[in-house]
Amino acid sequence: MVVTDILIIGSGGAGLSAALRAKELGADVIVATKTLPTNANTCMAQGGFNASSSEDIQTHIDDTLKSSRGLGSSTMIDLMCKSSKASLDWLINLGVPFSLDSNGDLANRFMGGSTNKRTYYAEDYTGLKILQGLYDESLKRDISFLTNRYLLNLIVDEETKEVSGATFLDISSGNVEEVRAKSVIVATGGYSGVYGGFTTNGFGSTGDGIAAVVRAGGVASDLEFVQFHPTALKKSSILISEAARGEGGYFVNSDGVRFVDELLPRDEVSRAIAKELSQNKEVFLDVRHLGSEKLSHLLPQELKLCKIHENIDMANELIPIKSVAHYTMGGIEVDQKLQAGGLKGCFAAGECSNAHIHGANRLGGNSLLEIISMGLVAGENAVNYESKSEFKENSQLAKDKAFINAVYHNFTNQINFYEKREFLGKILYHNAGVIRNDTGLKGVLAALRQMQREFTFMGISDKSKEFNTNLIDFIEFGNALEVAEMLLVGALHRNESRGAHHREDFPELNDTFQSHSIFWKEDGVLCAEFKDVK
Amino acid sequence: MKITIKRFDKRKEPQSIDMNYPIFEGLTLLENFIKIKTTIDPTLSFNGVCRSGVCGSCSITVNGKAKLACSYKPKDGDHIEPLSYHKVQRDLIVDKNKVHNTLETSHAAMHGDVIVENFPKVTIQSDCILCNSCFASCPVMAVNENFIGPFALSRVYKYITISSDSKTSIDAIQQNGVWDCTLCGECTLACPQGIDPKMDIMNLRSKSVQSGYMDPNMQNMNFGLDFTQGF
Repeated sequence: MVVTDILIIGSGGAGLSAALRAKELGADVIVATKTLPTNANTCMAQGGFNASSSEDIQTHIDDTLKSSRGLGSSTMIDLMCKSSKASLDWLINLGVPFSLDSNGDLANRFMGGSTNKRTYYAEDYTGLKILQGLYDESLKRDISFLTNRYLLNLIVDEETKEVSGATFLDISSGNVEEVRAKSVIVATGGYSGVYGGFTTNGFGSTGDGIAAVVRAGGVASDLEFVQFHPTALKKSSILISEAARGEGGYFVNSDGVRFVDELLPRDEVSRAIAKELSQNKEVFLDVRHLGSEKLSHLLPQELKLCKIHENIDMANELIPIKSVAHYTMGGIEVDQKLQAGGLKGCFAAGECSNAHIHGANRLGGNSLLEIISMGLVAGENAVNYESKSEFKENSQLAKDKAFINAVYHNFTNQINFYEKREFLGKILYHNAGVIRNDTGLKGVLAALRQMQREFTFMGISDKSKEFNTNLIDFIEFGNALEVAEMLLVGALHRNESRGAHHREDFPELNDTFQSHSIFWKEDGVLCAEFKDVK
Repeated sequence: MKITIKRFDKRKEPQSIDMNYPIFEGLTLLENFIKIKTTIDPTLSFNGVCRSGVCGSCSITVNGKAKLACSYKPKDGDHIEPLSYHKVQRDLIVDKNKVHNTLETSHAAMHGDVIVENFPKVTIQSDCILCNSCFASCPVMAVNENFIGPFALSRVYKYITISSDSKTSIDAIQQNGVWDCTLCGECTLACPQGIDPKMDIMNLRSKSVQSGYMDPNMQNMNFGLDFTQGF
């Protein structure tokens, strides 16, 4: 049994920030990750990092609140915005080389929905450079990493609901093991991956931590709020940065007609694109007028990605696009200390959490800010948490060993889960995507619950113990089914349109729904209700 | 149209075999791996996360050269193997952890105070995605497995350029570090991000000399004469 003070699950920007803060405060820290430390979605964030000057803080708060469409908490947004400059300075002191302007000052830019210029960036690799910098610092500070560890379940005391560690499948050995800790920070990322094939996210964004918290008796919230990015490549769903429109790119449909103001917020642009696609038209991004010289200077990553993934020279050809799942606002319901609802000693930070910062829609540049600022807060709060119990004997390890054993020996594998995974992604995208309605959502929910019933008839073909990625894909699919169920129940019951959640049968905002959807499980059965915004 | 993938499973006999798979045309090599895994052979093991060339997890060897599977379109007859100079764990999955220890050995992190005005000098070096392609292309690894290698040295160069303290790292890269490089430039050719570790290593040599270190190879070049006696 491995024992530590703080166990952090996930090694993206939030996890590493939390680890560094906890370590700085003298705690013994272990970071567990299902891959390697820098293989996180953080590295894909291009746009930048919002940090407000003292004159701008209130405007930053107001912009974020406005974007949240009534679901943001002013207390939490205050906390984040007021610490934004300090978070940026912290990164700079770690040697994250943000871009400078011609005067040698830190360069910043506007992002959609922002009143002032406050988005600091490092070329179009902001997230990558932040993540690599955090990793280098983590190695310098002797933070321990457990790599290739797939989170199975949290270890929770059934009476006190105190979390004292987690169980993992060690992918390299195939063994199930436990790590015990005085407190746990979940930083496992979002769940856009449930839209398999229709997301800009990397593989494995299946909301593992959210599913684990709910299984442990914790609470999740607002899962119906998913941000769709307007410009992903049609075949591969690879992201084409918003910068392409910022620099003057525009949309045309297959009739060659422009149909939307490209600089509207992401949700509005995505809806306009979805409408065109639903009328069996194709949608293209046109940047040809910018010329190849300018494009190779302004959008070098995009030029390369179009060539590789669509075999298109964007300087001379139209780019076929679609809107796909990009960022998930919902997640683990946390209090103002970032402690997961329904549990004790379990904190959550970053995209996996719902700290009531983004609400119904996220402001560009606030995601990198959130993972750093809230990661630091989570690290501090986890250190200050006083655990009540000694590490008591717990049955979780035995249960999870039995589960993995059953997957190897009892799950019949008569149904190919890869086919189901692809099907789920497709029906979620088309019925619980940019534009939703009652009939479509009910249909997907029925199909999903059928998959849950069929789960033991699925399984693995690869029976090896070590590095069994077939097994990992399968357990991830199980988590995706749990998370997508909450997403669908939320979307089905929210009979209104708010931010990124758009119901064509209820196209208006309705004040009776200015509340959070709340999800938990009782005896394995999903329960849901709406709770007022505090 | 087919590709050959070198499979490895330490529990099987023989441990390593070559297997042929059809090419799914129009898709990247990583997407081909996924198609193979989900429709032909679920036991094929590989890594891959971001699909867009920024996470570094899907690096493999194609026809002897290190590539990112997500950024490469396979061609008929391609021979795919795991990365060189890494311990193979299963099929195309290798142990990158051990190689990342070079970041600790070389103290590749911020020491001292940050010099913000030097940030533009390290734009390229800080684009590293830790794919280890440079490391896998470095011929020095064949003769010295303790060589710190290209990506860690480029990182050291990044940090000493933007920090007030270069001594911590410069001291750490004298043994199995800057002087062991043959300046062949294979790392520079291999880097998918356009980083030039060879140039960074040459710059680190200059910094080392400025810090009072000498090229140990030069000390050995005494042409059989003993200069210590004087003329």
